[in-house]
Amino acid sequence: MRPPVTKAPVKQTNHKKVAASKNDAAKGKVKSSNDAKTLKHWLREMLLIREFEVRTMQAYQNRLVGGFCHIYSGQEAVAVGTIAALQDDDPIITAYRCHGHALARGMDPYYCMAELFGRFDGCAKGKGGSMHMFDREKHLYGGHAIVGAQTPLATGLAFATKYEQEVIKTSDHTRVTVCYLGDGALNQGGFHEAMNLAGVLDLPVIFVIENNGYAMGTSVARGTTLADALYRKAESYGMTGHLIEEGMDVVTVHDQFKKVVDETRKTSKPDLVEIRTYRFKGHSMSDPRKYRTHEEEEKWNKQDPIDHLSHDLIKAGELTQDEFKKMTTEIRGEIRDVVKRASEAEPPPLDELYVDVHTGNWGPFKGTTLPNMLRGDNEKTTDQNQESH
Amino acid sequence: MAREIEFRDALREAMTEEMHRDERVFLMGEEVAQYNGAYKVSRGMLEEFGAERIIDTPISETGFSGLGIGAAMMGLRPIIEFMSWSFSLVSADQVLNNAPKMLYMSGGQFGVPIVFRGNDGAGGQLGSTHSWCVESMFANVPGLKMIIPAFPDDAKGLLKSAIRDDDPVFCLESERLLSLKGEVPEEEYLTPIGEARVRRTGNDCTIVAFGRPVHFALEAATELAKSGIECDVIDGRSIRPLDMDTIATSVRKTNACVVVDQSWPFASIASEISAQVQECCFDDLDNHVHRVNNDDVPAPYATNLEQAMLPHAGKVIEAVRSATYNL
Ligand SMILES: Cc1ncc(C[n+]2csc(CCOP(=O)(O)OP(=O)(O)O)c2C)c(N)n1
Ligand SMILES: [Mg+2]
Repeated sequence: MRPPVTKAPVKQTNHKKVAASKNDAAKGKVKSSNDAKTLKHWLREMLLIREFEVRTMQAYQNRLVGGFCHIYSGQEAVAVGTIAALQDDDPIITAYRCHGHALARGMDPYYCMAELFGRFDGCAKGKGGSMHMFDREKHLYGGHAIVGAQTPLATGLAFATKYEQEVIKTSDHTRVTVCYLGDGALNQGGFHEAMNLAGVLDLPVIFVIENNGYAMGTSVARGTTLADALYRKAESYGMTGHLIEEGMDVVTVHDQFKKVVDETRKTSKPDLVEIRTYRFKGHSMSDPRKYRTHEEEEKWNKQDPIDHLSHDLIKAGELTQDEFKKMTTEIRGEIRDVVKRASEAEPPPLDELYVDVHTGNWGPFKGTTLPNMLRGDNEKTTDQNQESH
Repeated sequence: MAREIEFRDALREAMTEEMHRDERVFLMGEEVAQYNGAYKVSRGMLEEFGAERIIDTPISETGFSGLGIGAAMMGLRPIIEFMSWSFSLVSADQVLNNAPKMLYMSGGQFGVPIVFRGNDGAGGQLGSTHSWCVESMFANVPGLKMIIPAFPDDAKGLLKSAIRDDDPVFCLESERLLSLKGEVPEEEYLTPIGEARVRRTGNDCTIVAFGRPVHFALEAATELAKSGIECDVIDGRSIRPLDMDTIATSVRKTNACVVVDQSWPFASIASEISAQVQECCFDDLDNHVHRVNNDDVPAPYATNLEQAMLPHAGKVIEAVRSATYNL
């Protein structure tokens, strides 16, 4: 089963659909560009995100998680497929639906879960919460909660990589910045300013629209012009727009996105990529989803990216049912353990209220410190007597 | 006759009554129509008034707040809902430049009779970007009016006045109060903008609060009464104009003043009131004006940190004890 495809008018010259190899997997052949080991790795990552989110929802019901919490289930192929196409030091930045990107970028699920639980061991010491996954070492520049806020920031990340390479020469290679945004975020002015800036400054940044059909209860068609071809917004900024229709297929996402990344790395020109996907759950934990039909949900559920890849691998003889079960059980155990550890972890010390407000010490402010996630094992701390720097 | 209704229903009644009364009034914002409002304030309004007057927007705050201002310059009376005032920051230029200054800039030619309304203040672990209390920052701007109801009856009466007002009015609602029930008269009434209300009387200390913190003040006053400290609790209701008369009258009686303000302390509503009280009641004060604010840090996510940061009854009690030398 494939997502419904809305044929985009292909008239202009400066946008292209990335060549799809769309029927290979459906025929039971796994694409040759990726070996079975890689595909199993992606399957594992998608399973990890799914299981993480299942347990996050439970924890939310049990009031271990608070605030606004946005579940990534259904969209796994986007984060896993695109991030797999990047180099480790390519900066990425996203919105508040960010658990999947953090995990796909390799954040230890424990630090991610601890953040959701508001614990000191969280990636942001419990100060950020669900919408603010940051990992400096993994080049993840956040989780951002204001719709569209990450888009101008992305141009800044890209500007800096270019500046480092070309002006101050502290970097010897081109890094491609990837900025994820929702279909709803397209309607923020900041996004359009960011696109134009990226265009006039020739910044190596790729804006990835995760088009999951809705911005809260507003369908794309109700909120945005060119609703069936969002990637064409690129034209007005003189950049190339790409459409990846099969956003529920991690292999397609990866292969098609990789071409764009390679091109951007070569040319240092920005791109816009629309990826069609679906969020299986509500917008946030309190959304009854009355704006979409059961039939529509069913249709998309049948395109579950995890089922998709596991079936293909099994059909191709690269994975056995038993192996798949074992993988699932392992991940369940891993996340169960993460939940247990996170729920036993300490909340941030009260002193932490005044840490990280400023870099220095003055008045009530107590400088800044790194989260345990970025410290070596023997530097980790739960107390408040950390040295400030 | 009065009946008990929720704060959110009081807001809705204000809007529907005014929309029936005046065809120029319309409601626009994210998810206000088909979704019935992100917080169900506009529930049923789409059916009642149709899609021409209850209008869903894309996530384009700059666009739709500016649209509202333009429509108001043409004589319409828009109600623009921000899902949260936190999101109004992306449209700061429209909201803080155009709405409040148009009349002045145009030499009196173009007024902007608009209402901006939405959730203000910490909602519960929403983190740094989503917990804005915009009152202090926005109240700094001349040309706007600002109302901040704490009870359903005032929510309705103030919002009705705001919709009829010829100036831009910012209505700050607390998500935490939307389900609060209270008595609201059946018959039509307006609550005047710029008049505080004394919610409780006492001779020992004046507590001034706005919006949700009024409830902390009342809780504190009840608790303090047990140890014989009686407080005047003033529900400010409007921030601009500010009813200094009511505050000063009370301070002249109690000789002590505590201001409870959910925004940051620096250059805040509380600092403004302190300054004004010190100007008009200098000789009446037995102590400096005490302020209870959010801590001077961005809102953290973790519950324990957030609780420590926000104002609450305990902090008000402590401040009153200190202000009245009852430590
Ligand atoms: C400026 C701003 N306005 C409104 C919101 C509230 N809000 C949060 S997410 C969201 C919908 C965003 O939809 P989309 O960009 O499609 O991303 P998705 O949730 O589908 O991942 C809205 C309206 C916000 N966070 N920031
Ligand atoms: Mg969306």
